[in-house]
Amino acid sequence: MPAVKGDGMRGLAVFISDIRNCKSKEAEIKRINKELANIRSKFKGDKTLDGYQKKKYVCKLLFIFLLGHDIDFGHMEAVNLLSSNKYTEKQIGYLFISVLISASSDLMKLVIQCIRNDLVSRNPIHITLALQCVANIGSREMAESLSIDIPSLLVSGDTIDSVKQSAALTLLRLLRTAPELQMGEWTSRIIHLLNDQHMGVVTSAASLIEALVKKNPEEYKGCVSLAVSRLSRIVTSSYTDLQDYTYYFVPAPWLSVKLLRLLQNYPPPEDPSVRTRLTECLETILNKAQEPPKSKKVQHSNAKNAVLFEAINLIIHMDSDPNLLVRACNQLGQFLQHKETNLRYLALESMCLLATSEFSHEAVKKHQDTVITALKTERDVSVRQRAVDLLYAMCDRTNAEEIVGEMLEYLETADYSIREEMVLKVAILAEKYAVDYTWYVDVILNLIRIAGDYVSEEVWYRVIQIVINRDDVQGYAAKTVFEALQAPACHENMVKVGGYILGEFGNLIAGDPRSSPIVQFQLLHSKYHLCSPSTRGLLLSTYIKFINLFPEIKPQIQEILGSKNNMRNPDVELQQRSIEYLQLSSKATADVLATVLEEMPPFPERESSILAKLKKKKPSSVAETAIETTKEHKAMPAAQINSDGQPTLQISSPSSAGSADLLGLDIGGMSAPVDSSSSGGGGQSASDLLVDILGGPVPGGIGGGVGVGTTNGLDSSGLTVGAEENFLKFITKLNGVLYENDLLQIGVKAEYRQNLGRVGLFYGNKTSFQFTQFTTSISCPGQLSTHILYK
Amino acid sequence: MQFMLLFSRQGKLRLQKWFVAHTDKVKKKITRELVTLVLGRKPKMCSFLEWKDLKVVYKRYASLYFCCAIEPEDNELLTLEIIHRYVELLDKYFGSVCELDIIFNFEKAYFMLDEFLLGGEVQETSKKNVLKAIAAQDLLQEEETPQGFFDDHGLG
Repeated sequence: MPAVKGDGMRGLAVFISDIRNCKSKEAEIKRINKELANIRSKFKGDKTLDGYQKKKYVCKLLFIFLLGHDIDFGHMEAVNLLSSNKYTEKQIGYLFISVLISASSDLMKLVIQCIRNDLVSRNPIHITLALQCVANIGSREMAESLSIDIPSLLVSGDTIDSVKQSAALTLLRLLRTAPELQMGEWTSRIIHLLNDQHMGVVTSAASLIEALVKKNPEEYKGCVSLAVSRLSRIVTSSYTDLQDYTYYFVPAPWLSVKLLRLLQNYPPPEDPSVRTRLTECLETILNKAQEPPKSKKVQHSNAKNAVLFEAINLIIHMDSDPNLLVRACNQLGQFLQHKETNLRYLALESMCLLATSEFSHEAVKKHQDTVITALKTERDVSVRQRAVDLLYAMCDRTNAEEIVGEMLEYLETADYSIREEMVLKVAILAEKYAVDYTWYVDVILNLIRIAGDYVSEEVWYRVIQIVINRDDVQGYAAKTVFEALQAPACHENMVKVGGYILGEFGNLIAGDPRSSPIVQFQLLHSKYHLCSPSTRGLLLSTYIKFINLFPEIKPQIQEILGSKNNMRNPDVELQQRSIEYLQLSSKATADVLATVLEEMPPFPERESSILAKLKKKKPSSVAETAIETTKEHKAMPAAQINSDGQPTLQISSPSSAGSADLLGLDIGGMSAPVDSSSSGGGGQSASDLLVDILGGPVPGGIGGGVGVGTTNGLDSSGLTVGAEENFLKFITKLNGVLYENDLLQIGVKAEYRQNLGRVGLFYGNKTSFQFTQFTTSISCPGQLSTHILYK
Repeated sequence: MQFMLLFSRQGKLRLQKWFVAHTDKVKKKITRELVTLVLGRKPKMCSFLEWKDLKVVYKRYASLYFCCAIEPEDNELLTLEIIHRYVELLDKYFGSVCELDIIFNFEKAYFMLDEFLLGGEVQETSKKNVLKAIAAQDLLQEEETPQGFFDDHGLG
């Protein structure tokens, strides 16, 4: 049996050996239960156990728990151990509690009391134990009870260094649990910890300060200059200066990285001397990367590169010095071909960020070929994924075709888990940078062919939108789709797209005998039985459109519409459609038919729902590549609330020629009733949404919503369902979106204090046009006017 | 850091340190998922994974996998070095550490970790200082050796 370190508990070691020697799971459980019974009886027994025994048993319980079994007793004994004077007993007690006691336990109050006693005990070892326990559990209750004790410990002059560093991180943990804790009175002293001579204290304090800075950057601005000077001292020191804080010849890498992270929370320093010092620092770090390594060990290069990557992150964040940015880019370029996979991975990741900065975008493009090679040759799928992300980020008009081509090729062999995302990305890129829309149509059709399963609805809705909006590409689309459909194994999405396009534009290719109307119809119909009900519904709509376009094949189509399969189809939608279309085709005159089935009007421009979907999937990767820039005009006029308490909006229709700006007023305080009893208004704006699908009046007898509606429903960026739900949520929430449609988004930010309230309304313009004559006004309905004063 | 797990090639958990509060059920689930994920990686693959909204950094030392989950803003290379530093500390303390040492002296492994990391952040990066603190703890343990210990050994 291996020797137990120090004078550990022998009984425990024996127990552990026994468990390991058990031949089967049942034997193990049996042994454990035996021990549990033993311990239970000892704890209940008359003989009071001495500290050592208690410690031993508590430790055994802990071991059993860590093996994966549940422990439902022993907590009280563990808490008793806390009040012991013996260090080791206290230690085990705290360990048990940190691992096993949940924040809601009844014993928590007792535990906090013991902790408090230890904190004021003036015995640094006990204080440290208590601090560690608090940091490990970090419950709300602890945060609230100890919110004064711990910071004062941190900044007090009596506290020794090791306790200070524990206190700093414990405080950090509490702040994470209870972010509302006020640290105002200790701000300057906490900042000053950055200057402490003990590096351990500085290291811990740096993490604490970063969290505080994130919450309240203004208040902690003073730390920037301190951080920069500390960083430059570290970076320029030789490796003997910092003695034990040098890690494999790299001076204080953890502290350097923390300081660099801290600085990423602020814009580049305004003070020129600080700024120069920082630039020098960063240049030194970049220079060091070029020097030959001082050690062959991988730890040395990892530490050195960790600092380097963090420095590059800072350079990207500051985005102000072109020289540094280009150097960073070149450095990353070197890493792209490094033999170590980790470095290649990180280089690809960081370059993604660089690609979005205007200074370095060109520099990044130089590495395009390397990235493409990486995409093809990397064996690790996560590295390949990063390469795809980078290609997406570096894509612009000049290289779009090439990159999209490469991505399509990769898609054929890509991992299933990433296909959907790739499909979205290819679709977005193709649309954004298409110069020639026939290329765009080709790309999308290829997408469907290669990865049809992963082509979500938004993608093919979009291609149809575009084809409809652009006359020049309609014929080409019809022809290409026709050819694609002739493939023997055709994906259902292809059938959907093909069906729709032929239905609208089949007449453009009907002249060619190979694609004459009857051929088109037969081609589509050959796929009919293989499709899901929703696709079949779409095809039925196409058939009725064919009747309109090609009266010569009316009988054949009517035969299909009237077939028993369709008329009595278990799917209600299909049944309804086939019956109604049949009626329409036989009863209506040619004129009426033509009006009903007129060509789809162009869709209004709006933010691509594909982009919205990608953002939902991967918020980080969509930073600057928005298709339509939405200009946010931050004005705060009030909403008009009419007499029944229903908010409605009066917006004049947007005009592109307008140059009148929105009111740049900043109306601060005004109170408006967020009346719980009023229901939200219908809030229809004057925009013409795609509600009316059919080009003209619909003759009676046709059920609502003739099928084609399904293809128009663009979700995410469309209407939010009535303002009602949004309005009501303000009973419990203070901030949020009140109303949204395609033109406008209204957000509310409210603040109430006793009898005063302040409501801010933000209007966001979602179109690319400017609003002119945008007016709003506020009025107080009825009896509320006597209750509320507003300004 | 959100949590650190140590497990063997057979998937047995040797140490689990959680820096965020989760229920036991959730912890077990996360552990199972990650263990399967990491054990499924081939040798030449890179040490970083993306998992849910966290990054996972792992490294294998002999028969043990050291696996840490960090937030997206944390530095991956440095986390690798955190793992290495922890292994160095254990190595120095136990003298050529092996998996058995960690099994039989699990509480010491936790104490060591608490001196090095606290609340998920690096606390003390000086190897000397951490080892000094642990040595002081051991000294106290010796001084406190009570009668009960002798009873256990069947003496006195």
